[in-house]
Amino acid sequence: MKKGALIPLIIFAVLVVFLGIGLGLKPREVPSPFIGKAVPEFRLPELMKDGESIAPADLKGEVWMLNVFASWCVSCRAEHEVLSNFINAEKVMVLGLNYKDEPDNAKKWLGALGNPYQHIAVDYDGKVGIDLGVYGVPETFVVDKKGIVRHKVTGPVYQETVRDTLLPLVLKLREEKV
Amino acid sequence: MKRFFLSLCLGLTLTAGLVTVQAETDILTFKSAEAEETYNGLIEELRCLVCQNQNLAGSDADLAKDLRSQVYDMVEEGRDRKDVIDYMVTRYGDFVLYRPAFQLKTLLLWLGPVVFLLLTLWLVTRWVRSQSVKPSETTLSDAQRETVRDLLDKHK
Amino acid sequence: MIPEIGHFALVLALVVAIVQSVFPILGAATNNAQWVAMAKPTARAQLLFLAISFVCLLISFLESDFSVRYVANNSNTFMPTIYKVSAVWGAHEGSLLLWALILGVWAGLVSFFSKGISAVMLARVISVMGMIGVGFLLFMLLTSNPFERLFPIPEQGKTLNPLLQDPGLAIHPPMLYMGYVGFSVAFAFAIAAMLGGKLDAAWARWARPWTNVAWVFLTIGIALGSWWAYYELGWGGWWFWDPVENASLMPWLVGTALIHSLAVSEKRAAFKSWTVLLAIFAFSLSLLGTFLVRSGVLTSVHAFASDPERGLFILIFLILVVGSSLLLFAVRAPQLRSTGTFEVVSREMGLLINNIALIAMTATVLLGTLYPLFIDALGMGKISVGPPYFNTIALPLSVVLFVTMGFGLFLRWKKDKPERVFAKVRWLLLLALLIAFLVPILFMESFTFKAAIGVFMASWVSLAALLWVQEQGKSPFKLPLATWGAALGHIGMAVTVAGISLTSMYSTEKDVRLENGQSYEMSGYQFTFNGVKEVKGPNYIAQRGEVLITRDGKEISTLYPEKRNYGQGTMPMTEAGIDGGFFRDLFIALGEPLGGNAWSVRLYHKPVVSWIWMGAAIMSLGGFLAAFDRRYRLVRRRAAKPVVTDEKADKGAVAPANEAVA
Repeated sequence: MKKGALIPLIIFAVLVVFLGIGLGLKPREVPSPFIGKAVPEFRLPELMKDGESIAPADLKGEVWMLNVFASWCVSCRAEHEVLSNFINAEKVMVLGLNYKDEPDNAKKWLGALGNPYQHIAVDYDGKVGIDLGVYGVPETFVVDKKGIVRHKVTGPVYQETVRDTLLPLVLKLREEKV
Repeated sequence: MKRFFLSLCLGLTLTAGLVTVQAETDILTFKSAEAEETYNGLIEELRCLVCQNQNLAGSDADLAKDLRSQVYDMVEEGRDRKDVIDYMVTRYGDFVLYRPAFQLKTLLLWLGPVVFLLLTLWLVTRWVRSQSVKPSETTLSDAQRETVRDLLDKHK
Repeated sequence: MIPEIGHFALVLALVVAIVQSVFPILGAATNNAQWVAMAKPTARAQLLFLAISFVCLLISFLESDFSVRYVANNSNTFMPTIYKVSAVWGAHEGSLLLWALILGVWAGLVSFFSKGISAVMLARVISVMGMIGVGFLLFMLLTSNPFERLFPIPEQGKTLNPLLQDPGLAIHPPMLYMGYVGFSVAFAFAIAAMLGGKLDAAWARWARPWTNVAWVFLTIGIALGSWWAYYELGWGGWWFWDPVENASLMPWLVGTALIHSLAVSEKRAAFKSWTVLLAIFAFSLSLLGTFLVRSGVLTSVHAFASDPERGLFILIFLILVVGSSLLLFAVRAPQLRSTGTFEVVSREMGLLINNIALIAMTATVLLGTLYPLFIDALGMGKISVGPPYFNTIALPLSVVLFVTMGFGLFLRWKKDKPERVFAKVRWLLLLALLIAFLVPILFMESFTFKAAIGVFMASWVSLAALLWVQEQGKSPFKLPLATWGAALGHIGMAVTVAGISLTSMYSTEKDVRLENGQSYEMSGYQFTFNGVKEVKGPNYIAQRGEVLITRDGKEISTLYPEKRNYGQGTMPMTEAGIDGGFFRDLFIALGEPLGGNAWSVRLYHKPVVSWIWMGAAIMSLGGFLAAFDRRYRLVRRRAAKPVVTDEKADKGAVAPANEAVA
């Protein structure tokens, strides 16, 4: 057997290995480039507190989450209960980012479903959303005491997401020293 | 299942976005022809993240519109191509670029075709040389074949 | 009842396919004439059962039998009949059935048009095709049964993906599959020839017309797909280097190389192992395309609902089919000595360079398409590889290809003198250069180097083809069809390239905000917007705009771009208004309402864009003519005697006869 005649088979074998690995990957999930970096600075008006504003800097020293939501987003409704239960049970500090939404609609929505957020920032034109690299609502960022983004969930948070990822991470980050 | 919901969510985000259109007040006017060219080039090469596989220019998705206007604003502020690309990559990662940057992990991608072409050329020249040295294994010699061919040609 | 018959026919088809893939090939190996004789009847029975199954699914659609899950998911009673028909192959399960049916059709055709081929060879070919059939039928029955019932039965079905509700796309998949699956014939011939232990001119001569026809279907399929993207997606583009588009382009490129390489194998007994390898590649890439489209490993606009489990099945199938054929190749290739030697300047060399350029292009497309997957699999993050990459790489490779295309036709087999060829074409080269500079200067607004390269390649290749036809020294009507086929193939490619380069360089587009009665001038045309009306279609509601186009006060056309909503949570569809012409297309896409009676409207002026598809049509015609050259029929008749009686005789008996005719 000549060696040259084996080349196509070898190339094919390598290809198959990659295709096999590819089956287990999720091509739609784009990792956030912010992981390991400081959460981008912004200052936005609060939705529920007239005249006040909120910025990530205000939350420094605490482990907190940033949840991007909107009243028009159906999956936000789907994750709302799971997320609220988690927030209330673990007393997690959460900043809601009301993304490209009418404030009145958002208030109505929160009135009907309950408001788990300590702060809600109004991102009416979606500019802060772009700064955060938001591309599919809902999105949830976990930020540590130093203001570094440690994890991001794209899409709705499920019970399993809380159990397997968010809860252990939040507990771990709380242990970390500033 | 999870992915299904995710895509459902993305889909609904899109449709919802289309219902609540914000009026883009006017035709885009550029301060210069270069700016317009930069803008058009950029929206061709930047990926719409929520779409399956479309660039900003070809998508009607809400996010694509926002990013288009972001690109427009930056170009009008006088920022160049590189600034806009850096801006997008900082926020969305390398995934937004349809023209992957030339870096270590794309080395094979960019050099691959050249390497491949050179490799085949080398193999072929080697093979052709070995061919021309090797005596023909058929019963007819080359000269005989030539004669046969000429005869056949004549009778065509 | 009907769905059960369809399901049962599918099971029967599987049983027959198993028999078909086992007995004839074993018969060939053990000299069992009875088993060898099973090839034809099993291939035909397989076709019959698949046809029954397909008709059953068709009836279920026409009767809107929503107790069938696939029917309920992809049609409703409001859909026009034509889309109920095309919905049969509009989604994953049904398109697989179409795939299997077309494989059955090809195997059936081989069984009917096999007069010149030895029974043993035929048995091997039919068995190999049977094995592929087994794979697809198992896939369908185990993971994607189109006849699966649904309970409770819904009152009304969902809808066929609105993107697919278009006449162009209704016939796109059958054409494309005829092409993909058609390469299975050349593949089966290559495998059969390797199993038989000898690859001579006979297998190449046999595979040529089949490969040509498959290539023609693939060409038509790809062209239809790109044309559809152009008028349906609403952004004026006709190719986006999407993974699914690339999946169809790769077999086409290799198929093109194969057509040319087969010519060398047939006429000069050279490139033997290379041609076999190309035949394996062409079909393997068709299968790889199936994997990429259906497994969800890549993100694409056109992908089917993805499912890793299905992906795993196809991957295993891919490993079995491609892995075993490449293994067989590794074992047998060293025995395939090419006897026809040739010099550096010869037609063989021209065709070799053509093959290298085509394979380099294929490798590049494969690399670019899979690179994001490689990077992701290695844990290095997510990247995108898109049109800017592919366009950058494709340009230099096409220059190599097109320059060779012009010279190639004039080169003699075996050995040629460079001076002789050059003397013939030097005026042609000068003329092509002149055209390349004049066309952009005279007919376009500005001169660009890229456009000049494109025009040069196109005029050089087409002028060379015309001179070559004229050089044959016969009246055009007496020339063999194969000569016309080659010339038209080259001319068609040239027309496509001219279209691509001119339209990419000189298209104008503008997003404008137009109020009722307002007009906008672009590229010398006046576009007057006459408002938007709501129009009801059979299963959609459309916003239909009216745009009057005038030039120097004279009316050119009135276009009605639409935005259609098919309901059921589907995305709104853009239906562009196009005024097509030989020299330019005017293309209007309706955007969104901007308050008051203003709308955003996207206007395009695209010079010679229609040439892209016109060229494809000319190429296809060329391919068909070449496939039906009387040489193939003649040879088959001449070859019939020695080949059927004694397989070993055909090398001696047929090759000279063929040389003489060619």
